Amino acid sequence: MKRIITATVQDRSGVLNRITGMLYKRQFNIESISVGSSETEGVSKMTFVVEVSDNQKLEQLTKQLNKQIDVLKVSDITDKAMVSRELALVKVVANGQTRAEIQGVIAPFRADVIDVSKDSLTIQVTGKPDKVEAMIALLRPYGIKELTKTGVTAFLRGQQPSVTEINSLSI
Amino acid sequence: MKQNLDKAKESRNGADLFVHALIDAGVDTLFGYPGGAVLPIYDALYRNATPFKHILSRHEQGSIHAAEGYARVTGRPGVVLATSGPGATNLITGIADAIMDSLPLVIFTGQVSKAVIGTDAFQESDIMGITTPITKYNYQVKDIADLPRIIKEAFHIASTGRPGPVLIDIPKNISEEISTKEYDNSFYLPGYQPTTKPNPLQIVKLADALSRAKKPVILAGAGVQFANASEELLTFVEKYELPLVNTLLGLGTFPGTNPLFLGMGGMHGTYAANMALYECDLLINIGARFDDRLTGNLKHFAPNAVVCHIDIDPAEIGKNIKTEIPVVADAKEALLALIGSKITMPDHKEWKDKVDKNKAEYPLWYNRSDNLISPQWLVEQVYKASKGEAIVTTDVGQHQMWAAQFYIFDKPNRWVTSGGLGTMGFGFPAAVGAQLAAPDELVISIVGDAGFQMTLQELAVAKERNLKIKIIIVNNEALGMVRQWQESFYEERYSESLLTVNPDFVKLAESYGVRGVRVDNEADVPKVLEDIFAYDGPVVLDARVVQKEIVNPMIAPGKGIQEMLGVTK
Repeated sequence: MKRIITATVQDRSGVLNRITGMLYKRQFNIESISVGSSETEGVSKMTFVVEVSDNQKLEQLTKQLNKQIDVLKVSDITDKAMVSRELALVKVVANGQTRAEIQGVIAPFRADVIDVSKDSLTIQVTGKPDKVEAMIALLRPYGIKELTKTGVTAFLRGQQPSVTEINSLSI
Repeated sequence: MKQNLDKAKESRNGADLFVHALIDAGVDTLFGYPGGAVLPIYDALYRNATPFKHILSRHEQGSIHAAEGYARVTGRPGVVLATSGPGATNLITGIADAIMDSLPLVIFTGQVSKAVIGTDAFQESDIMGITTPITKYNYQVKDIADLPRIIKEAFHIASTGRPGPVLIDIPKNISEEISTKEYDNSFYLPGYQPTTKPNPLQIVKLADALSRAKKPVILAGAGVQFANASEELLTFVEKYELPLVNTLLGLGTFPGTNPLFLGMGGMHGTYAANMALYECDLLINIGARFDDRLTGNLKHFAPNAVVCHIDIDPAEIGKNIKTEIPVVADAKEALLALIGSKITMPDHKEWKDKVDKNKAEYPLWYNRSDNLISPQWLVEQVYKASKGEAIVTTDVGQHQMWAAQFYIFDKPNRWVTSGGLGTMGFGFPAAVGAQLAAPDELVISIVGDAGFQMTLQELAVAKERNLKIKIIIVNNEALGMVRQWQESFYEERYSESLLTVNPDFVKLAESYGVRGVRVDNEADVPKVLEDIFAYDGPVVLDARVVQKEIVNPMIAPGKGIQEMLGVTK
C-alpha cells in the first residue's frame, strides 16, 4: 500500500543521508522524497511516498524514522484530510502544427507553458500525483524529450476531520 | 595538573579543548592509536597532564574492541581515538559490533583539513558516510566553537536511551585552530527524548495478563544489564516464581544457579528454555530484541502466547514478533512498576513442574573424550577453577557457545561476548578493556585458535600494562562452527575450515614476553588452570581440544524453536 509520511527534522548536516541510508538498509521502498525548509528556522520538512506491504512494516517505518536523533515528528497523513502536491516539468516535442493542440490538452490541468523553442514546449504542472500522471500520459504521444518531478510534498488541511480530498475530483 | 591546564589555556587549540572535554566527561581510559590527522590531538595529550590513561593498541580494531569490553563491564562509554583514513576504517568492525549489541562508545577520528576534504587527500576517507548506518549518531566538527558541545552531546547520546556508538570526526584544522574563548557546551536535543517511565496503562495490562497466565515465562536480555535492573528482576521473578530464560547477551542478568533459571534460549539454548518459549501462554520479554538466533523460525516462536515486550527502544517492539502488550521503558522502571502492582497469580504449579522436569531430564550434555580434552569439559573446569566469579570474554563460534552453556554467571557485567555481529577477534582485545575497567578481577578470555589470530597483536598491550588476562585458546585447529555447519549441512565438505598451519602459541606468547602454556590432556587441566589463575600477569593457554566436537543441542536454520536436534545423547 502507498503511504504518505511527513517528517520534521532538524536541519543538521548529514540528516538526509542518515534517513535515506536507514530506509535503504531496512529495505523500505521509496517512491519519492521531497525536502525543504519549514516555517521554523533550522527545521526542515520531508515528505515521503512509500510503498509498504502491511501495517507492521508501516509501523516499523515510522518507528525507525522517529528513532533518528534529528527527527522531531513523524506523521502518516495518508488517511487524514490533507493537501498533497507535486510539480513536474515536461519538455515535449512541439512544432508549428502541434503547439496549439498541446496548449489545448494542458489547459484543463491548469498547467503553464514556461518555455518555448522552435521544436519543443516546456510545461509546468502542479497537483496531486495522479493529475500530473494523467497529463503526462496525454502528452506522451507528442514525444516527451525530458521529464522531471519534485516528488510529493504534503501537509494536513487546516480543518480536520470529516472531509478528505475526493480523489475523483483531482483535476 | 591544574597548573598545566591553565598554562595550556594561554595558547589553547582545538586539541586542548578536546582534552578538556574528555576530562569534563569523566573519562578515565582512552583507547587509541596515533596518526597524521590526530597529531595535534596526540600533542595535546602529551602537553597536558591528563587524569586519564591512554592505551596504545597495536591495531585500531584492538582499540575499539577494548573500548567495547570496557563499556560492557562498566556500563560507561568506551572512548576511542584513531586517525583519518585507514585508522578510521580499521574501527568499522568494532562500530558495527557496538551498534548491534547496544554498547555505548564515543569514537573520535581525525580527518584531513577542511581545505582538502573532498579532494581525495592523503589518508582521507568519508568516515561520515561510511559510519552513518552503523552509528547511533555521528558528527563532523565544522567550527571549533561547536567542539565542546558536540563532545558533551556525544557522551549523552551514547550512554542514554538504548546505548550505542557515536562518532566525532575532527578535521585537523579544527584541532590546530588556536582559540582562547570559552564555549558554551549546553545542548538541547528535541528529537532525542528517550522514554524511561512505563505507561501505567500498559503496566496494568501486563499485570492483568500475569494474573491470568497459567504458563508464564520471562525472557531477559541485555537491556536488564544496561538498566542496572538485575536486583529488581530477581525480586519480581522470585515473587511470582516465574521461570526465566536468558538471551546470549542477557546471561548474568539473572543468577544462573537460581532454580527458576532455565538456561539460555535459542539456537544452542537448553531444551527447557526453548520448550518454555514454545509452550508458554504469556511471554514477558525484558530488554531483548527477538534476534533470529533466539527465535528460530518466527512461525513457531511462542505461538500460543500473549507477548509483552519491555524495551527502551520503541522500534524493537513489534519488529520481529507481534506484541500485544508493548511497554516502552527502561527495564528498571518497568520492573519497579510491576513489583509495585497488585497481581494475584493463578496457580501455575503444573507449568512449573513441567519446565522443572524438562530442566532435570534434558540438561546440556557432551561426549567426553577418552584421551583428548573435551572443550565443554574444559569450560566446566574453567568455571570451577575461577569459582564462577571471573569476567569472561569470547569471540564468536563454538567456544562462545560452550562458554555460554557451561560457564554459569550469577552476576551481571561479567559476560563480554560479540552477540549480534558475531565478530571473530573480539574476545581478546575486549578482555584488555575489561581488565583495565576492572583491574582487580580475574578476566578470562576464551577464544578460538582462528579468532585469536585476528587480533593477537594486542598481546603487546597486555605485556606493556601487565594486564593479568588469562587467554584460553580452545584450539581445535579449525574454524569450529564453520566446520560444524559443513559437517551437519554440507555433507562434511570441509571447505577452507581446517587450519593446517597454526603458530606455536606458546612461543608466540613468549615472543611478546607473555607466559605461554600448553595443555593437551585432561589430567593436567585442573593444575594448569589453578597455576595460571594465580599468576600475576598475562598468560596464553593453548588448550588442545577434540577437533570434531559439535555444539549441542541445536535448532537447525529455518526450523522452529521446538525442533531441536541433539537434545540427548
